[in-house]
Amino acid sequence: MHEYDVIVVGAGGAGLRAAIAAQEAGADVAMVTKLHPVRSHTGAAEGGINAALREGDDWELHAYDTMKGSDYLGDAPAVEALTQESPEEVIQLEHWGMAFSRDDDGRVSQRPFGGLSFPRTTYAGAETGHHLLHTLYEQVVKRGIEVFDEWYVLNLAVSDEDEPTDRTCHGVVAYETATGNVEAFTARDGVILATGGLGQVYDHTTNAVANTGDGVAMAYRAGVPAEDMEMIQFHPTTLPSTGVLISEGVRGEGGILYNEEGERFMFEHGYANNDGELASRDVVSRAELTEVNEGRGIEDEYVHLDMRHLGEERIVDRLENILHLAEDFEGVDGLEEPMPVKPGQHYAMGGIETDEFGRTCVDGLYAVGECACASVHGANRLGGNALPELIVFGKRAGRHAAGEDLGDPRVTVGRGADAEPGTLEPPVELGEPWSADGDAVADGGATAETAEAVVERALERERERVNRLLERDEGTQHADIRAAVQRTMTENVNVFREEDALKEALVDIHAARQRYRDVYVADPSSTYNTDLIQTIETRNLLDIAEMITVGALAREEFRGAHWRKEHQERRDDEWLKHTMVSWSDGAPELWYKPVVLEGEAKTYEPKERSY
Amino acid sequence: MSTQRPEPEAETESAETDPEAETAQDRRLDEKRRRAEERERKRVEEAERAAADAERYHLKVFRYDPEVEGKQEPRFDDFHVPYETGMTVLDALIYARDEFDASLTFRHSCRQAICGSDALFINGSQRLGCQTQLSDLDQPVRIEPLPHQEVVKDLVVDMEHFYDQMESVEPYFQTTDRPDGDLEEQRQSRENREKIKTSTRCIWCGACMSSCNIAAGDNEYLGPAAINKAYRFAMDEREGEDMKQRRLEIIEQEHGVWRCQTQFSCTEVCPKDIPLTEHIQELKREAVKSNLKFW
Repeated sequence: MHEYDVIVVGAGGAGLRAAIAAQEAGADVAMVTKLHPVRSHTGAAEGGINAALREGDDWELHAYDTMKGSDYLGDAPAVEALTQESPEEVIQLEHWGMAFSRDDDGRVSQRPFGGLSFPRTTYAGAETGHHLLHTLYEQVVKRGIEVFDEWYVLNLAVSDEDEPTDRTCHGVVAYETATGNVEAFTARDGVILATGGLGQVYDHTTNAVANTGDGVAMAYRAGVPAEDMEMIQFHPTTLPSTGVLISEGVRGEGGILYNEEGERFMFEHGYANNDGELASRDVVSRAELTEVNEGRGIEDEYVHLDMRHLGEERIVDRLENILHLAEDFEGVDGLEEPMPVKPGQHYAMGGIETDEFGRTCVDGLYAVGECACASVHGANRLGGNALPELIVFGKRAGRHAAGEDLGDPRVTVGRGADAEPGTLEPPVELGEPWSADGDAVADGGATAETAEAVVERALERERERVNRLLERDEGTQHADIRAAVQRTMTENVNVFREEDALKEALVDIHAARQRYRDVYVADPSSTYNTDLIQTIETRNLLDIAEMITVGALAREEFRGAHWRKEHQERRDDEWLKHTMVSWSDGAPELWYKPVVLEGEAKTYEPKERSY
Repeated sequence: MSTQRPEPEAETESAETDPEAETAQDRRLDEKRRRAEERERKRVEEAERAAADAERYHLKVFRYDPEVEGKQEPRFDDFHVPYETGMTVLDALIYARDEFDASLTFRHSCRQAICGSDALFINGSQRLGCQTQLSDLDQPVRIEPLPHQEVVKDLVVDMEHFYDQMESVEPYFQTTDRPDGDLEEQRQSRENREKIKTSTRCIWCGACMSSCNIAAGDNEYLGPAAINKAYRFAMDEREGEDMKQRRLEIIEQEHGVWRCQTQFSCTEVCPKDIPLTEHIQELKREAVKSNLKFW
């Protein structure tokens, strides 16, 4: 048995920052990650970190841009925390040695990004995430924080009261990849989920193969609501063949988008007459696909992103990594030719419901980073706002878990008095009603127990699950199920959404669930069994895909990244509220909670979003 | 592949009401349909030709698993993977795993040469699987785990020693020279950032260490990656002179920079084009200049 004060699950930017903060606040901390920390997907972030650092800019402008970008689905207290604290966090990174790009006077450089009213995106070339990840990991090494790398967390150890808000998280159960051992980790004070994205529910994504939404799925099955899951960001510039990301920095530096007819379509076809290429990501993604679908795409699939006019010196100074990516993965020399780009799944705005300290409705369970929804991005995340989220909320959750008093939250969690029930008419039965207890960690079926008993029971259940999967000799393989889910999500729950297609996705997900009942692991080994891990990840993907689609079907309006054929207007009268999905008796249950638009000193009045 | 159809509602008002625009769009859509048909015909032809030529890439993949009878004796397995333009070694391995043998084991994650998981020994050279096009390789493509590291299973090697060496050079920023004010950064000249830039690109993939003859014969040698990490900090002007001396002492130890015999193998295999050998030589020069004792 491993015992610590705070267990951090996942070791990307948010997890590392949380671990550092918890340790500085006096806690005995361990990190458990299925990769090694430097392999985390934070390393793939390219563009930059928004922080109001300079004269002429301030956190209030940053907050205003973020609320507008979110299409007023962000919660103001969380957005204000993000924008108030990101300057000190960025400077903290600099003090930890991060190799930011510099101005002539030696200060950290900033550049313009989409949807920002000031050029406030700090960056390190076009590999900002790489530098952030390594800088934070260096600090973890310096502090001697214990890291269990290549340990896959199978489940949470959560007590079993009827109401999720009465439950407590006491630890996690993890599988040591190298040996096949299943062991328990007890957290005396808190478990912080920092498991990152869920892009693997789509087949064209910028996300790593490891981004399977494990944290969201585990918290969901422990009774924590998932918030705004339908809000999936599609990045307008990904390479068509692989989904590799071409940073928004290219457009920030002045890169231009052209269609097949050589038109600068963002202006010439009126998608964003003021901001053009620097409109926010949802706007640019829809513009590109509309061009393609109206016959003005190249190869009827993509558009061109041209940066040649920026000149070799500037490109090499600020976007060198982009030259390598275009060359290695598309065979294109960005200095000589325009790059082919199209939209790809990029980011989950929604996730585990938390308050502005990263707390969930289950006592002792926190979530930060992309797996969480605080919510700062609402219906559309601005470029450069993901990395500050990691460090600001990582720090806050780390401190809170370690026992620091950070005051009262203004964002509420759990189903409170302001919850409004939702209705949905799905074409098939959702969830897994055929096995109500299934692999849920808390189903309200047992009485409250001691912390030790909760952890011990979780350990037994996970050992059983692993043995059951390994013992079965035949059946369906996870790769087939995963491919089916990715296909239907890409076809039916993409940038453009319509009711029939969304229902078709639910039918396909239901079929995939049925097939998963017969899943088996072909590899019998207890050494580095990736077949087993991917099989369990695939189980998580099923729940994630269903949550996204349920939310997309329920939200009958057009807001931010969520475009609906049948509903072409943002309807503030009815939809200024968060979509919540809770796991209840083996099936998703839909409800809503209001958006918090009241900030510290003012209220963010919804306005029409034009760029 | 995943291009979705737009709905008429998404079109601009003017496109619907302006007859000329409508005609232009009809023309484009006709043209588009024609192109689509042509492409489809080509695709079918290509698919037929590929099937006729059996255009499959022949992979010979190293297999070993201490836990599984039959795999305890290392061997090579043959996989014949259907080729598509742009396919990388990693794509081929994923295909082989998903379609032929779910137990085929290898590390991979980002698919874009930044996580450093999938350094492999491909046709006799250390490379990242995700960054290596099949079309650049002679067949059969031999795929093996990184040499000089203990094999855990199939293509997975034990990275612990590599991580230990990385951590032995105090791989974290250390400075006493903090600027005044909470929101003041330390200044760093553009020139100085440029100087350390390539060294900061290391993704810890281990290719350099695996390619190094000296590291293969001397288990305590810090190796190119760890020395490059030391370079990254030693050359950063923000750390100050005292700390630079401390860093030079670390890399000057018995199994440090002086072991390097400038064979350039690390530089040749580095997937991030870090001039590792140069960095090692520059640290030797700095060490001499600083009048420290050396062996």
